Amino acid sequence: MRKTAVIIIGAGQAGLAMSRHLSMRSIDHVLLERGEVANSWRTERWDSLRLLTPNWQSRLPGFAYSGADPDGFRTMPETIEFLAGYATSISAPVETHAQVTGVRAEQDGYLVMTERGPWRSKCVVIASGACNIPCVPGMAKMLPPGVRSVTPLEYKRPDQLAAGGVLVVGASATGVQLSQEIQASGRQVTLAVGEHVRAPRTYRGRDIKWWMDASGVLDMGLDDIDDVNRVRNVPSMQLVGTPQRESIDLNILQDAGVRITGRLMALDGGKAQFSGALANVCKLADLKQNRLLSTIDDWARTNGLEGTVGEIERPASTRVPETPALAMDLQSEGIRTVLWATGYRPDYSWLDVPVLDRKGRLRHQGGVVDAPGMYVLGLPFLRKRKSSLIDGAGEDADVLSAHLAGYLAGARAVAA
Amino acid sequence: MSEVQTTPKMINGVNVTAILGAREALEKAPEAAEFVWKATSEWVGGVHTRTTVNKYFGLGQDHERSKTFKMETDHPEVFAAPDAAPTPVEMVLAGLAGCLTAGIASVAENRGVKLRSVKATVEGDMNLYGILGIDTETRNGFRAVRVKYDIDADADADDIAAIVAQSQKRSAVFDIITNPTNVFVTVK
Repeated sequence: MRKTAVIIIGAGQAGLAMSRHLSMRSIDHVLLERGEVANSWRTERWDSLRLLTPNWQSRLPGFAYSGADPDGFRTMPETIEFLAGYATSISAPVETHAQVTGVRAEQDGYLVMTERGPWRSKCVVIASGACNIPCVPGMAKMLPPGVRSVTPLEYKRPDQLAAGGVLVVGASATGVQLSQEIQASGRQVTLAVGEHVRAPRTYRGRDIKWWMDASGVLDMGLDDIDDVNRVRNVPSMQLVGTPQRESIDLNILQDAGVRITGRLMALDGGKAQFSGALANVCKLADLKQNRLLSTIDDWARTNGLEGTVGEIERPASTRVPETPALAMDLQSEGIRTVLWATGYRPDYSWLDVPVLDRKGRLRHQGGVVDAPGMYVLGLPFLRKRKSSLIDGAGEDADVLSAHLAGYLAGARAVAA
Repeated sequence: MSEVQTTPKMINGVNVTAILGAREALEKAPEAAEFVWKATSEWVGGVHTRTTVNKYFGLGQDHERSKTFKMETDHPEVFAAPDAAPTPVEMVLAGLAGCLTAGIASVAENRGVKLRSVKATVEGDMNLYGILGIDTETRNGFRAVRVKYDIDADADADDIAAIVAQSQKRSAVFDIITNPTNVFVTVK
């Protein structure tokens, strides 16, 4: 049986960053990848998607953007090329097409089963992503005949969908981006809006991600927040990466003809029922956006940026329809597709180690999993707000590789 | 003599320390968080009903209060009734105002905002074509509910708006009114 000190599951940004740090510490390791490097970016994204972070911001250990468009947003082929280039540049020991089918604790380490045979290792680093399975609510089973259920992992482009209306459920980055392009394709979109996070693409002449990076918002860590479960479940910001650096929000979508309703609460007899709380979730998002912008303004003032950046401004409040629909008969409204932009969750079905809580989440402290020698990377707010960004992988991998090195040294000392 | 426990300092009279303590305890004991609220009612005569409230279930056991609350509902003269008490729909508005205002006080306490006065005007729009069965397309219940708050507090307008928004986000009655609920009515 093949053996190594550390098995890294997944060769995306998180796994590659960990590989680089383990190499720098001369720790023997292998990355097991179900497909090719950057597999999720290759196979599980829609065609028009670009990264939500500017090119300059995707920094990996020893690797950064050097092209001519630092403020641009990578397309998926560019993202794949970027990560594949990184894997090559760090000579990452990747076993491709080696899907992990099981991980078991053994005396003194782990047995990792793959489609290409088993491995033994002292440590396991889970870097298989946070977005493996779309969270589709149970009510999807109640959709009437003639209405197709589609997840963002299946969605590639509007012409996949039947002609006719589309109900998009969820107004995070995924929901607003797909609403925009599906509406533009001539299909009437109804967007069911729950709690969401609104943000302008650019503010005072700089990208919002530049402000969040420079002012330290993205560096906020576990000690800076009061409720870790809350921040780990915050929906993604309503952003899109376009060459024109456009914003996307509910006003812009309504201008394009998208109808907005409250959160989808029930499906019953072909009828969708929506929450009457739309006005409040929009108000919450406006207030929260303005708090972020005030934080930025304070930081700009304290750091002497006044005069070098644009004027302080506040986006217009979200327009809420006078009488948002509370119920909708899907068939008579001509809705042929329901697109569930209701979030994702990681897949741990292959993990035969008792480290999940009652809600199926990994039990971990800042990436140190509740099992000896097991680590996780790339989850929302793992250690910092930026943990789920490509830009956050390096720092988390640095800290966790140090912990891992200490664990291996301790294990060797016990064995000796 | 030494003081064993100091009462937490409260600015709005809401014991947030106790609430946050309960939250922490319930996170570790999910079954204790299951509550059942109860009421019993009896027809008085005409369209007049008396409802009593005392017992509830929670924290894994039955609770009995030291006193029983009575609430009456009736209908005004234009409904050809003696107007002995508020209508049931006004009780719903009272429930919403009570819940949102309790939330505002709690959120403000937690955020260190001193409230001097919190007044609400609550209105529910209703077309009687529904309950009278004149038009089956018309809904029986409220077409819309408006709550207007007038708040005097040590905070700016955005902070007050944020407190009111957060109160809606965490309000039971706001959720009951805005979202569908399965209701099962049976007869013995």
